[in-house]
Amino acid sequence: MSASGATMTAGRTEGVTSLQRFTRRRSTIAFLMTLPLIAVIGGLVVYPAGYAMYLSTLNRRMTEFIGLEQFAILLDTDTFWMVIAQSCIFAVSAVLLKALIGFWLAHMLHDIPAKGQRKWRGMLLVPWVIPPALSTLGWWWMFDPSYSSINYLLNVFAVPSVPWLGEPWWARTSVIIVNVWYGAPFFMIMYLAALKSVPEQLYEAAAIDGATGFQRLRYVTLPMMRNIISITVLFSLIVTFANYDIVRVLTNGGPRDLTHVFATYAFQVGILSGNVPRGAAVSLFMFPLLAIFAFFVLRGVTRRNKEES
Amino acid sequence: MAQVSIRKVVKAYEGGVQAVKGIDLEIADHEFVVLVGPSGCGKSTTLRMIAGLEEITGGEIAIGGTVVNDIPPRDRDIAMVFQNYALYPHMSVYENMAFGLTLRKFPKEEIKRRVENAARILDITPLLDRKPKALSGGQRQRVAMGRAIVRDPKVFLFDEPLSNLDAKLRVQMRTEIKKVHQTVKTTTVYVTHDQVEAMTLADRVVVMNHGIIEQVGPPQELYHHPKTRFVAGFIGSPAMNFIPARVENGSGALRVTLPNGITVPVPESRTARYQTAAGREVLFGIRPEHLTEVKNLDRDNIAVFELTPEVIEPMGMETLVHLWLQGAEVCCRIDPTTPAEPGRPMQFAADLNHMHLIDPESGKVL
Repeated sequence: MSASGATMTAGRTEGVTSLQRFTRRRSTIAFLMTLPLIAVIGGLVVYPAGYAMYLSTLNRRMTEFIGLEQFAILLDTDTFWMVIAQSCIFAVSAVLLKALIGFWLAHMLHDIPAKGQRKWRGMLLVPWVIPPALSTLGWWWMFDPSYSSINYLLNVFAVPSVPWLGEPWWARTSVIIVNVWYGAPFFMIMYLAALKSVPEQLYEAAAIDGATGFQRLRYVTLPMMRNIISITVLFSLIVTFANYDIVRVLTNGGPRDLTHVFATYAFQVGILSGNVPRGAAVSLFMFPLLAIFAFFVLRGVTRRNKEES
Repeated sequence: MAQVSIRKVVKAYEGGVQAVKGIDLEIADHEFVVLVGPSGCGKSTTLRMIAGLEEITGGEIAIGGTVVNDIPPRDRDIAMVFQNYALYPHMSVYENMAFGLTLRKFPKEEIKRRVENAARILDITPLLDRKPKALSGGQRQRVAMGRAIVRDPKVFLFDEPLSNLDAKLRVQMRTEIKKVHQTVKTTTVYVTHDQVEAMTLADRVVVMNHGIIEQVGPPQELYHHPKTRFVAGFIGSPAMNFIPARVENGSGALRVTLPNGITVPVPESRTARYQTAAGREVLFGIRPEHLTEVKNLDRDNIAVFELTPEVIEPMGMETLVHLWLQGAEVCCRIDPTTPAEPGRPMQFAADLNHMHLIDPESGKVL
């Protein structure tokens, strides 16, 4: 019995070429199935990133290799330091506000009975669904110095008009407001999902243990949502840091370049002013900043996942 | 520690569905009371109303003499053990147990003393630094109990705490719970659908069905003197046999005639009790353990008749014999050494001292 079995196995192996065996391996199949995605990422992310790195080492006319000269020049200009500062202020304050407002909205929605929840959820998601370039045009009109509907309302209540886009601090505030308006629903929907996944019995146990509403939030809800919060904040920080459309449409970097963020400044320098290598260098500056932040956030998430769930 | 009074308590949900239909129950200090019944009978709802997790639609609940209808759970001084344990996954075992005390601003040393004491009672001292994820089901159950013990509350509430454990562990934890109650003596209300748990743990068992209390009493009383057909069928495993029968009055003595013509005499001591049922259709109720192979014929009120076994189930310590009497399934419990085989008629003895007659319409035991 065992002898005949061995012969059979041997017979089967002989007829199979090594190529056939290679294609039958599970890891090979897995690789082939992910190949389209790998190709897309390679073509749209890896290649442009590599090319940008190469470009940033060239001189303005792209004829000569000049090493890290472009970065040195950038770090020597006040405008660029201003762009770094503005990018950080913009991204950090916008993400914080989005996170807080999203959290608050998610709680409000969570308390609405399931029946009425859908329509509110749908309406609150609208800002996130409209293409930001379009909705920003709407905001631009509301901020317009002559026709601002917001100023009109303010005037009704005897508040003087605000130079929304004309004055540096107000312009900076305006881009943050629009970004928060656009991005808060994303936080809301992520937090709502997280809230729904907290078992009801934990709240009941906490209520019996003596927790007040605030203590339940502090000791049950927040710890249970920590991973979602960190991942959402990380994701949003990356997207907000690299924001282009809102600033471009609303202020185009002005007044006096004071609202530029990395992406709009890179476009300004690289495309509009024609210094492609320096534009590439500007956009590459985002990478190390975000990489460090992502490292710490993801490490925390992995550690907690191991301990809890 | 305290007594719990439940007076005319009603729970109605939107749409008018009543889960609990006006129940009354007095639970004494130190008492261990088990609410038992099939799912949907209102036992969990009752427990959750005592805990304050469920609003009371009507009537009132008092803990230690204070009406708690409008008091939030945290001020009722109760502790609850949930079916799925409800441990906080981000806290260590120590933190889980200490949480209630921390919120109540107990001094650190006092918390430590209480947690360590509870951990010793439950034998979980080596686990105090672990997170719930790293514990087995039985260990989690102990931690959940520890969380209740450290609080030293007026009342313990258990909501089907053993349902998520495997059979062996369930028996072990059952003993553990009884031991803990004997140590701490806190008034306990325990909900389960398992009548074995109810019988083994309770000082008094409360059998619920369709939102009402069918019967309250010590386990032995419920077993021997059920008041309704539901209690008679729910308590005891395998369940009591209910055989359609007719009570007949013949020459001064009462007789019960079973479907296949077998007639058994009603014991003299019960003649007066069953007199009103004479000439009526009833259900003849007898537990499998009182329907055995023929032995001890010297006792009074044993009726012997011949039946044909259809299914034999050897259990080791006993053998269950199943047969059908015109549609009514009958289970008998015989000694495993007694030879029995399907299809071969054999003699059975019914111990009529333990018979019941049930009115099929009202469901009341006569």
